Amino acid sequence: MSVLAARNLTKHYGDQVVVDDLNLTVERGELYGFLGPNGAGKSTTIRMTLGLVFPTSGSIEVCDVPVFTRVRSGDPLRLVGAVVEEPAFWDYLSGRRNLELFARAAGPPEDRTARLAQVGEVLKMVDLEDAGRKHVKAYSHGMRQRLGIARALLGAPELLVLDEPTNGLDPQGMREVRRLLRRLADDGVTVFVSSHLLSEVETMCDRVGVLSSGRLVADATPSSLRRASGSVVFEVDDGGVALGILRSLEGVVVEGEAAAEASSGAPARLRVRLGEGVSAARLNAALVGGGVGVGAVIPERQRLEDAFLSLTEEPDSHEWISNAG
Amino acid sequence: MYRVEIAKAVRRWRTWILAAGFVAIPTLFVVALVLTSEQPEPGEGPPFLALVEINGVFASLVGLSVIQPFFLPLATGLLAGDAIAGESSGGTLRYLLVRPVGRLRLLGVKYASVVTQVFAAVVIVALTGLAAGGLAYGIGPLPTLSGTTLAVGPALLRLAGAALYLVLGMAGLVAVGLLFSTLTDSGPGATAATVGIYIVMEVLDALPALRIIHPYLLSHHAQAFVDLFRSPIALDGITRGVIVDAGYILVFLVLTAVLFNRKDVTS
Repeated sequence: MSVLAARNLTKHYGDQVVVDDLNLTVERGELYGFLGPNGAGKSTTIRMTLGLVFPTSGSIEVCDVPVFTRVRSGDPLRLVGAVVEEPAFWDYLSGRRNLELFARAAGPPEDRTARLAQVGEVLKMVDLEDAGRKHVKAYSHGMRQRLGIARALLGAPELLVLDEPTNGLDPQGMREVRRLLRRLADDGVTVFVSSHLLSEVETMCDRVGVLSSGRLVADATPSSLRRASGSVVFEVDDGGVALGILRSLEGVVVEGEAAAEASSGAPARLRVRLGEGVSAARLNAALVGGGVGVGAVIPERQRLEDAFLSLTEEPDSHEWISNAG
Repeated sequence: MYRVEIAKAVRRWRTWILAAGFVAIPTLFVVALVLTSEQPEPGEGPPFLALVEINGVFASLVGLSVIQPFFLPLATGLLAGDAIAGESSGGTLRYLLVRPVGRLRLLGVKYASVVTQVFAAVVIVALTGLAAGGLAYGIGPLPTLSGTTLAVGPALLRLAGAALYLVLGMAGLVAVGLLFSTLTDSGPGATAATVGIYIVMEVLDALPALRIIHPYLLSHHAQAFVDLFRSPIALDGITRGVIVDAGYILVFLVLTAVLFNRKDVTS
């Protein structure tokens, strides 16, 4: 069952297309990273998910219930906790009081006591038990960020939608938030998190979607995103011979610099870009078969950042990358 | 959600500063009357001023007349203009809506909470006037504008009626302010627009050439509560006032609801 599903989601502001025919599903318990440069339409997508901005066309469903036909009993946003851009509070009240008022503000009256009882629990989860009594005015950025996450956790949501949740946190705070999100996801909460920090998404997320100019240009696991345009380095004892063998194979590109330096009889490092259907193992076999001693085969994992940049820099010239579904 | 709004208001300095202001107004002029020997001439100053020294109940009525044209619309504009715009500029609007608090429910609660605070302001002025006037000049049977006399009980009842009438007029202005409040992310902007509209109406009301539109202005019937202190009560102006107020409330609340319900919240 998908917890979040966007179908043909489109948003125009006047002539400007901000989100363009977006299709996306997030499964239960998944930690989904939503990446994209500024202005790619991340925020607008998140706001449509939360019923704040109305789509021009297409639909959004949370737990199979459309967000934009509000049936009182089945209002799907009850299942969602969110941090949308900056976490904002009533600054003249304490952190705890803020959470209490938000807990009271919505939801069935008969559950109010249960919701209020959660306040202490969520404050503890983000390590703000002691600071809960202070006015939010006096909070540091990191504390506000954590209080925002605590608020999102009120009501035990099935889906957490978080916009840059580690923004402004120190490295330790970041790690704590990542651990918290990972733990929640492992407990079955679905987490949809936008970020511009690729390293963060890489270490934390099960799946990554990349948005560019309002279009989803990739939707895959972080490792397959990197592998998609990866290279392999061969350490060989005879550069010249190896080069000859590799060049005779189809779907193999030896990168220029390495090729120029490869001379006969001398050891060399050859950086090879693999085309489709070509595996490093096959190349290795061919080299060894041709009498070349292969010292090492080093898969060069492309950094996610490079994959991200190549995906988003030229929106029309990239290939669709997907291992989903 | 209503209780949430009231709880927020009670914990804000702004609320208490406004309340202190409304306590100060009737207190100040009673003190001024006590300290100066000069008698205000009948017809001079706000209605009933010349009568305060006869009966403390009139201090309460002077208080209501004094706040009606300016202080009350100002406070009303401040609260109504800030109702939604304050949340959106502070960023909390989106967090309320995703909780989720339904948009129409939010409008309804905001409206009720602002009207409650305006009601509290009027009650504060009435009670402070009564207390200050009573201490200074005593409370007794009330001479009416028609020359008859009212017992204390019925007089206080009519005072309550006057206060409610004043609140109703402001409830119309709250509806206008709530509309402005949903159209902008700036609380002060919406406040200025709301107070501005009311002042414009008062100015138009003072221009004889525009007599045709006068009956439709929110401010036109605002002082009609004075008629409650005639014998018998002259209901004509009050009835028209109630109808106009109800019209403003209905039209502006519906318009606000329709627009806000389909608005993209990008703040």
